[in-house]
Amino acid sequence: MGQGILLAGGNVDFMIHGVFSYELFGQTLWITTSHVCIFIVVLVLLAFFIAAGAIFRKADEIPGGMQNAIEIIVEFLDGIANGAMGKSAKGFRNYVGVLFIFILFSNISGLLGLRPPTADYGVTLPLGVLTFSLVHINEFRYNTVWSIWKDKCSPLPPWLPIWLPINLIGDFAVPISLSLRLFANVLSGTVMMALVYGLLSKIAYAWPAALHVYFDLFSGAIQTYVFCMLTMTYIASAIGDEEDPVLIRWIKKRKAAKTEKAGENA
Amino acid sequence: MEFNENFILGCSAIGAGLALIAGIGPGVGQGIAAGYGASAVGRNPGAKGDIMSTMLLGQAVAETTGLYGLLVAMLLLFVKPLLP
Repeated sequence: MGQGILLAGGNVDFMIHGVFSYELFGQTLWITTSHVCIFIVVLVLLAFFIAAGAIFRKADEIPGGMQNAIEIIVEFLDGIANGAMGKSAKGFRNYVGVLFIFILFSNISGLLGLRPPTADYGVTLPLGVLTFSLVHINEFRYNTVWSIWKDKCSPLPPWLPIWLPINLIGDFAVPISLSLRLFANVLSGTVMMALVYGLLSKIAYAWPAALHVYFDLFSGAIQTYVFCMLTMTYIASAIGDEEDPVLIRWIKKRKAAKTEKAGENA
Repeated sequence: MEFNENFILGCSAIGAGLALIAGIGPGVGQGIAAGYGASAVGRNPGAKGDIMSTMLLGQAVAETTGLYGLLVAMLLLFVKPLLP
């Protein structure tokens, strides 16, 4: 008992399994199927990146074949970064591009019979935490502490920080909702496909391909796009309207004051 | 009070089904977003790309509450937190 609840067909399986266990500081840890799948995805991506680098080392003026395809991919990724972040896209294009390709390959690896690595909360939560730390590092780089404090108390005046805890909870909800959205979407597709193959295995010929197109390709691509767009939107709104980081603005101000003083003396 | 294991599993299954009522809200919300998106494309076909991306972003955010319901159902069915 206990397992019989969904094992009507006897072979419904979408769980993460341990491959082998090892001891670290007295804890038993497991290398799971998620690790294996993420390793395969990363290997494929590395091979792709190395091949792309080799092609671009002898790139032609007039692109052809593979060079053309890679240029289209890079232009598309730069395009969504520029569209969502505007002036501050320059520093984040590479991160968002790599994030996009990684999540996309992870999501569509279900087509190849892998269990998608993003259907493991241990993969999506670090992605959410990366976004969270990028947002707040850039918030402190581009805004003074006083303006951040004013922003955190925002509907009320800054000397009355009653609204502060609510704004802080809103900030901490960002990585959780980001990672849970990606995780639950990919997991629901995985569970659906496992149910179709497990319970309808007698008649599951050819037509599950249509479900794969929806759950793996369409849903995976949409969720990838949404994750990257939300990451960029949060970072762009944390940066705000400022052109330069706080430190550089301060140095420029000092320099301007100095030249003004020198002008007065002369 | 002692409960039979099967009773707890059955109640978990009912709870999982009830948790998926959460799917109504995002369905309505996404439908409204898609409807307004369609009418916006009808009024201004040139801005189709911008409208599409904004609509997809809004729909994905609206979907989150439904996914929380799905997660609760999954936890009840597969992790079985109520079993002693």
